[in-house]
Amino acid sequence: MAPGAAGLYVGRMVRFTSVGLRYAPPAGSSDPGVGQDVLSNLDFHLPAGSFHWLTGPSGAGKSSLLRLMQLAQRPTRGEVEVLGVVTSRARRSELPALRRRIGVVFQDFRLLPHLSAFDNIALPLRIAGRAELALRADVTEMLRWVGLEPKAESLPPELSGGEQQRIAIARAVVMRPALLLADEPTGNLDAVQSRRVLSLLQEMHRMGTTVVVATHSDSLVSAYPGPALRLADGRLER
Amino acid sequence: MSETGKFTVSRWASRRPVLRRGRGRDPLGLRQALPGVLLPAVALAMTLLATLALGGAFGARALALRWQEGAAAAVTVQLPDMDQARVARALAALRELPDLVDARPMDQARMAALLRPWLGEIPALPLPAILELRFDPLPDNPEALALRIISVVPGAAVETQGVWVARMVALATKVQQTALVAVLLVLLLAVAVVTVGIRAGLSARQDVIAILHDLGATDGEIAHRFAGRVALLCVLGALAGLALALPTLLAFSGLAGSLMGRMPVSRLAELPWRGLPWPFLLALPVAVAALGWATAQLTVRGWLKRLP
Repeated sequence: MAPGAAGLYVGRMVRFTSVGLRYAPPAGSSDPGVGQDVLSNLDFHLPAGSFHWLTGPSGAGKSSLLRLMQLAQRPTRGEVEVLGVVTSRARRSELPALRRRIGVVFQDFRLLPHLSAFDNIALPLRIAGRAELALRADVTEMLRWVGLEPKAESLPPELSGGEQQRIAIARAVVMRPALLLADEPTGNLDAVQSRRVLSLLQEMHRMGTTVVVATHSDSLVSAYPGPALRLADGRLER
Repeated sequence: MSETGKFTVSRWASRRPVLRRGRGRDPLGLRQALPGVLLPAVALAMTLLATLALGGAFGARALALRWQEGAAAAVTVQLPDMDQARVARALAALRELPDLVDARPMDQARMAALLRPWLGEIPALPLPAILELRFDPLPDNPEALALRIISVVPGAAVETQGVWVARMVALATKVQQTALVAVLLVLLLAVAVVTVGIRAGLSARQDVIAILHDLGATDGEIAHRFAGRVALLCVLGALAGLALALPTLLAFSGLAGSLMGRMPVSRLAELPWRGLPWPFLLALPVAVAALGWATAQLTVRGWLKRLP
């Protein structure tokens, strides 16, 4: 599947075929758990423009599956296709351009503490080579969208958890990604902030972005019903 | 959020990526990870040592050339007058000496030039005849050779200091070679220390690097940021090292100048500025910066290979 002529991506966004993942044990490790499969025989595909929950208990492999989707990891077995590129066969040099089309939100935000909210959001644009004058409007728009325009110059440690997560979402979507992944995005937030973050993710979905949100909270899935991939012990439950 | 989230691939995603300067110009926080003390200090020390070694090498070379030029012969034989017949007889007798490869009268103009610092321009002054002798190999016992020359050319005054000059020239050449090896060792040591500094910076920033990597930064961009910072710190340190080395170098040059017959100086402008190997000295900070840049590129790119 290839991107359309105008950058429109149609059809299959993510495809997993017989995917397995095993982390290599660190040198000298004697932990018997290390080196075992964390994901096994995963077969599924996510259509473009879909919203999916990725659920399962802690340790089920949700984060590992998201790492495969965000190209932070290559599968040990099988084939992972993201945005029309089979990542297991792609050259390493092809992956950065692909990563710039994928937005990721983490439970621990992963903001750069020495950069302001504005500069954190601007980071993907700067990596992509946007001129300073041109990116200001986009970053300001993002700050307005997440309701944090007055906090543009604040450093992450000066913001609340909810505010940091909204900055992280703004950073994840400022490049207009085709695929947006969120790993326990409400894990560190209270109920009010969680609802706000979820509504931002759903708004992205409504605007056409393919969204996958990993959570171990069944109540969250119940509150926002949608199709789900359920993991248990590294395998998909049907 | 107009257009945000529309189902399009960003029009910037395919552009050649460059981390821009301006706001957030230091996303890796390299000003903290590679602070402006360690690397400049290393570059300063290395440049100081390399400059002194380089200055020593060039000084030794200049001395060797000058000595070779001033003592064109291993042995000089002075005859009391310029009588041509006597000169011819002396030359014929001297050519019978073992290991002699050349014997000729010293050029009058060159003799006048050599004597000018002591005697000035006195065209009418009668000069003695000087015969220059070259031997290969150099005689082991110059004093014995002098006695033998006096026996075959009665009345001659023999000067054998050229033998010692030739030995000094050989020594100066060795000093020059050793100094160049020292420069090389200093640069290798600089590479090792810079590599350690960069690895410490990478360890301090591995989380930030991972975030940039996940956001789509290429190895080249990340390495470019490190290399730029390292090159800047190295060139600043190297310039300081060069500035610190200059007084010593000028003092050496002045000392060498006195060995070459120059007068001591009392003013800054009279220092032997022109005697320094400026092209090489000025190239040193550039070389140190380039070395730091290349070391950073290789180290960071090698480190980044561990990421997918």
